[in-house]
Amino acid sequence: MNEEIKVDKTRRTLVVATSVVGGAASIGAAVPFVVSMWPSERARAAGAPVEVDISKIGPGEMAVIEWRGKPVWVIHRTKEMIDSLKDVTGRLTDPESRASKQPSYAKNETRAQNPEWMVMEGVCTHLGCSPQLKSAEAKAEMGGDWAGGFYCPCHGSKFDYAGRVFRGAPAPLNLEVPPYTLAEGKLTIGEDKETKGS
Amino acid sequence: MASRLQALWGWFDARMPSVAEQWKIHASEYYAPKNFNFWYFFGSLALLVLVIQIVSGIFLTMNYKPDAALAFGSVEYIMRDVPGGWIIRYIHSTGASAFFIVVYLHMFRAMLYGSYKEPRELIWIFGVLIYLTLMGEAFFGYLLPWGQMSYWGAQVIVNLFGTVPFIGPDLALWIRGDYVVSDATLNRFFALHVIALPLVLLGLVVAHILALHDVGSNNPDGVEIKKLKGPDGKPLDGIPFHPYYTVKDLAGAVVFLIIFCIVMFFVPEMGGYFLEHNNFIPADPLKTPEHIAPVWYFTPYYSVLRAVPPLFNSQFPGVLAMGVAVMILFFLPWLDRSPVKSIRYRGARYKSWLAAFVVVFVLLGYLGVKPTTVWGQFPDWPFLDTRDVATWVARICTIVYFLFFILMPWYTARDKVLPVPERVTV
Repeated sequence: MNEEIKVDKTRRTLVVATSVVGGAASIGAAVPFVVSMWPSERARAAGAPVEVDISKIGPGEMAVIEWRGKPVWVIHRTKEMIDSLKDVTGRLTDPESRASKQPSYAKNETRAQNPEWMVMEGVCTHLGCSPQLKSAEAKAEMGGDWAGGFYCPCHGSKFDYAGRVFRGAPAPLNLEVPPYTLAEGKLTIGEDKETKGS
Repeated sequence: MASRLQALWGWFDARMPSVAEQWKIHASEYYAPKNFNFWYFFGSLALLVLVIQIVSGIFLTMNYKPDAALAFGSVEYIMRDVPGGWIIRYIHSTGASAFFIVVYLHMFRAMLYGSYKEPRELIWIFGVLIYLTLMGEAFFGYLLPWGQMSYWGAQVIVNLFGTVPFIGPDLALWIRGDYVVSDATLNRFFALHVIALPLVLLGLVVAHILALHDVGSNNPDGVEIKKLKGPDGKPLDGIPFHPYYTVKDLAGAVVFLIIFCIVMFFVPEMGGYFLEHNNFIPADPLKTPEHIAPVWYFTPYYSVLRAVPPLFNSQFPGVLAMGVAVMILFFLPWLDRSPVKSIRYRGARYKSWLAAFVVVFVLLGYLGVKPTTVWGQFPDWPFLDTRDVATWVARICTIVYFLFFILMPWYTARDKVLPVPERVTV
């Protein structure tokens, strides 16, 4: 360059300052749009506990209850169903539910407060589909060693009667157990001693 | 009368000469290679489908209600009670699948003739962005009928974002606007589908065409026609886009519309591929349909997602593989190191890899619409994490899919290429 270009430092500083302030204002202006996409107060409030009368659910039967818009399964497990849990332990990803989510009273072999009553969210831990009940009779479809449980139609994950996931399935964890209280034939989903305290 | 019109045009031209100027730049004096073949129909057809979708979409919004309680019913109302409603909806649903057919063929053309190679990298990048936007547009639009497939498809795809480490759950919550796919989700997807993404799409299409017209079109020989110009400064192998290619594309549009109408009138559901059977059942948040699969144009990526097993108690690797399978397209111009553009002068290596790519893409697409048990099971060998034959085939296809791109710098650089002629061959 032959000619020396004189830069007016004051003007340049002003340009930079204006750009910075303008940029900050643009980011600030984006905030209301971004936060408007979070759940509304009404959606937040819609998470109340649900009470279920379980006296009508016979042995081997299952009821699907809606809680926070999600299906929650209540399964009255028979002795065979409970016994099948031991047989499949070797083929599970997380048989002791170490990485999976459940309240402390459901972190045991049957994943339940009372082994007869299995309560869990019917939402696949892979991508959120709702698996289907496949009894031990479905061997033709599910393979010869099938002892009964659940099958996710979306991506083929398989679970036992305690919602524990079989190895080789895309789902990484066992089905979640929601907080619940079980007392005198009445089940309350979404509330237990721990959540009441908080 | 004629002179009156001429005078009117003169008046207009004197005040806004850029209209005539743009017409020259983009049509009457845009010189395109004279050897365009069948594969060159799909660009203009994509534009045609875009117009069809926008027009039919505008009329659908006049009767559609983006409300979880009303959406399914309003679509049935359009189908049964609105005069001409059924045909407008079938135009829109057939158009969605037609869009992807045309775009996939258009992209394949670019791979055949190396149209993404220098100096056309930007055209390719804008094109891939158009493809991504189109995927978003199709996904958001698919929720609107609020059928079982709409609902569970959205559930799965939103949860894909939920698997991103650390921010995933919050991100999914923010996208849904609720703890489950709900009315809030439907309402915002409607907004994105009818206004946000169409605007983005139009902007990208303009950028795609401007970038194309700046450097000029490629052709089946991959020869740069601008290198050899006549004394008048026009490329020797170029012909003005208008009238030559406007007329050619018009013929293509007529044939396309005939096929489009046959589908629309006789097989609008295409046996459950264009409109899935389960979507005729209203959304039920408590019950996932027996067999769930995305619409056909997403199934190759869906197969990739299903094929990758979880690692470290996380399903994110599968999601990542699916994302990378799409994103890797952006890098194509730099992965291809071949000195020639067109398949006509490439060697056996590229040809075989491209053929393998087409086979695995179609196979992944096919497997994506079927349950993983479609080809039966292997015996109970202990070293297999899953016994489904189809899952293993999908895994092999996924590997070949990625190898096509990852190994491209090597096999294209070492390929035995043929000499490229000076001028196009006709």
